[in-house]
Amino acid sequence: MDLYEYQARDLFEKHGVPVLPAAIATTADEAEAAAIKVGGKVVVKAQVKVGGRGKAGGVKLAVDPADAREKASAILGMDIKGHEVRTVMIAAAAPIESEYYLAILLDRSNRTFLVMASVAGGMEIEEVAHTAPEKLAKIPVDSNVGIDLARATEIIAAAKFPADVADQVAAVLVKLWETFVSEDATLVEVNPLVKTSDGRIIALDGKVTLDDNAGFRHPDHEALVDQAAENALEAAAKAKNLNYVKLEGQVGIIGNGAGLVMSTLDVVAYAGEKFGGVRPANFLDIGGGASAQVMADGLSIILGDKDVKSVFVNVFGGITACDAVANGIVQALELLGAQATKPIVVRLDGNNVVEGRAILTAAAHPLVEQLDTMDGAANRAAELAAK
Amino acid sequence: MSIFINADSKIIVQGMTGSEGTKHTRRMLASGSKVVGGVTPGKGGQSVEIDGHNLPVFNTVGEAMAATGANVSVVFVPPKFAKAAVVDAIDAAMPLVVVITEGIPVHDSASFYAYSLTKGTTRIIGPNCPGLISPGKSNVGIIPANITGAGPIGLVSKSGTLTYQMMFELRDIGFSTAVGIGGDPVVGTTHIDCLRAFQDDPETEAIVMIGEIGGDAEERAAAFIAEYVTKPVVGYVAGFTAPEGKTMGHAGAIVSGSSGTAQGKKDALEAAGVKVGQTPSETARLLRAIMGR
Repeated sequence: MDLYEYQARDLFEKHGVPVLPAAIATTADEAEAAAIKVGGKVVVKAQVKVGGRGKAGGVKLAVDPADAREKASAILGMDIKGHEVRTVMIAAAAPIESEYYLAILLDRSNRTFLVMASVAGGMEIEEVAHTAPEKLAKIPVDSNVGIDLARATEIIAAAKFPADVADQVAAVLVKLWETFVSEDATLVEVNPLVKTSDGRIIALDGKVTLDDNAGFRHPDHEALVDQAAENALEAAAKAKNLNYVKLEGQVGIIGNGAGLVMSTLDVVAYAGEKFGGVRPANFLDIGGGASAQVMADGLSIILGDKDVKSVFVNVFGGITACDAVANGIVQALELLGAQATKPIVVRLDGNNVVEGRAILTAAAHPLVEQLDTMDGAANRAAELAAK
Repeated sequence: MSIFINADSKIIVQGMTGSEGTKHTRRMLASGSKVVGGVTPGKGGQSVEIDGHNLPVFNTVGEAMAATGANVSVVFVPPKFAKAAVVDAIDAAMPLVVVITEGIPVHDSASFYAYSLTKGTTRIIGPNCPGLISPGKSNVGIIPANITGAGPIGLVSKSGTLTYQMMFELRDIGFSTAVGIGGDPVVGTTHIDCLRAFQDDPETEAIVMIGEIGGDAEERAAAFIAEYVTKPVVGYVAGFTAPEGKTMGHAGAIVSGSSGTAQGKKDALEAAGVKVGQTPSETARLLRAIMGR
């Protein structure tokens, strides 16, 4: 889960990473009140989970609370790269002398953690990473060793931070590591980390990504989910513990196993090219144990998607045998009754396939059509969606 | 031959007394695997009767190895306790630890992977994987044993069901070993480790490599193939239609910006001389063409 800047700021504050006073607002009134609370000159910052908001006009300096109200009312409701601004953060303004970059992330390639640090922070850090990679230090961190002050001092020295800030930045890095570990983050990024004209080191903007698998250790993370921004179908699927992602197509997809479902989306998209560009409408993995209830829940979500014109159920019977899956489909259609209105193409293969196909044939549901191969079934589902 | 496991592999099941552990112990035994016991902390000294096999339960992997001579462990322990289970196996210098558990926090898997490197005596496969099978010899994990038999194809895949699908497509030819390496961002054994082992395995004649979006494991594998692998390799990559920034089921299956895309992986594999199929069926046909079968 990616966090908003203000959520990242709050986590930083909780773990002792230095940040500026700030408050959030969803209306112009709240923005004015927040500016009064924060005091002095403030920066009004659009809260969107996408880069480039500064260039899009989503960050404005305000000289007083009335100005903050005006700036907030201009920013709230803006569309930044397809993201609607529903919240702004009102943060104290700081006189910036230098901008640095500091991040800790999961390095998948090397299967370890990595600190990235640079004295050339700010909006152009990605440019720096490409054109002057020597200015961005990348230092691996052993998960079982971590970063204490001595290690942080070495890292900051290797990244060539100026002597007058090195101690402070090293201390920030230790706090950032604490944030990374104790929140089960896969990314904590501070950009920019600034030196103010009065010599303080402050995390001015941050990005945090949390590991969804670690939710059981962090009941408080649930509150960080932005339910209003979630797609209604995705939220409904999540409530039923289904692994569902809404896409922009017309063929609803149900399958078992993440890899097979991804593959099914691709095969449907290829087949759809012949039928006017029909595309998969969703990703839905019902997992290994496809009970009737799970199948019914899945079908119900997919049939609730007004964009869906046909459904493709693609199951390879491994641990779950095809007859169990076929029974699941039959019972699911009984549970759904008149709610089921769209053609359903089913491809079963693998364990107990003969029995599974026979069950569907015997049920003879008018909406269900069986095909023997994944490619053939994808083709048929795309054809039905194009009608 | 086969890779990582063989007919003499002696398996212990960590979490055997749990429902998943029991279910899959039964399946492994039914397919002829030599399961010799289980580990559940606090239940040492008990035993479990599964289909006529009386399996002893131990408190630690070390005790289980000393008593049974086990050289493979398979982990069905829930995510919350998985790290402790894997660390226990590493401490006992268990040569091969296959972690089936899905949903382990990546800080935990990064930690036990790093720990395994420090110790240098344990290979980890997974987590979030279906395990591996050498048909007719040994089956460690949850891959159905009845899809196909022994043969000359080696298969490595991030995905369980795509492994089954591909084994099914090529069931008339058969497999030396099929390895599901798992769909998490950090896994103990990579495509490259399997490609190297298949290249060095005299019974493997051709290799199928299945990848999916996220990370750069396939790109790295492509570079390795160009440098080291002389046996024919065909590839398949899933996730061309996946949108940026959305996790597609597997925790590691996510396109971030322009990195981790299916197209990038396909291009890298083709540049290394690997024929890449557009669908699983086409991939199987490409392999048949190469093998003349």
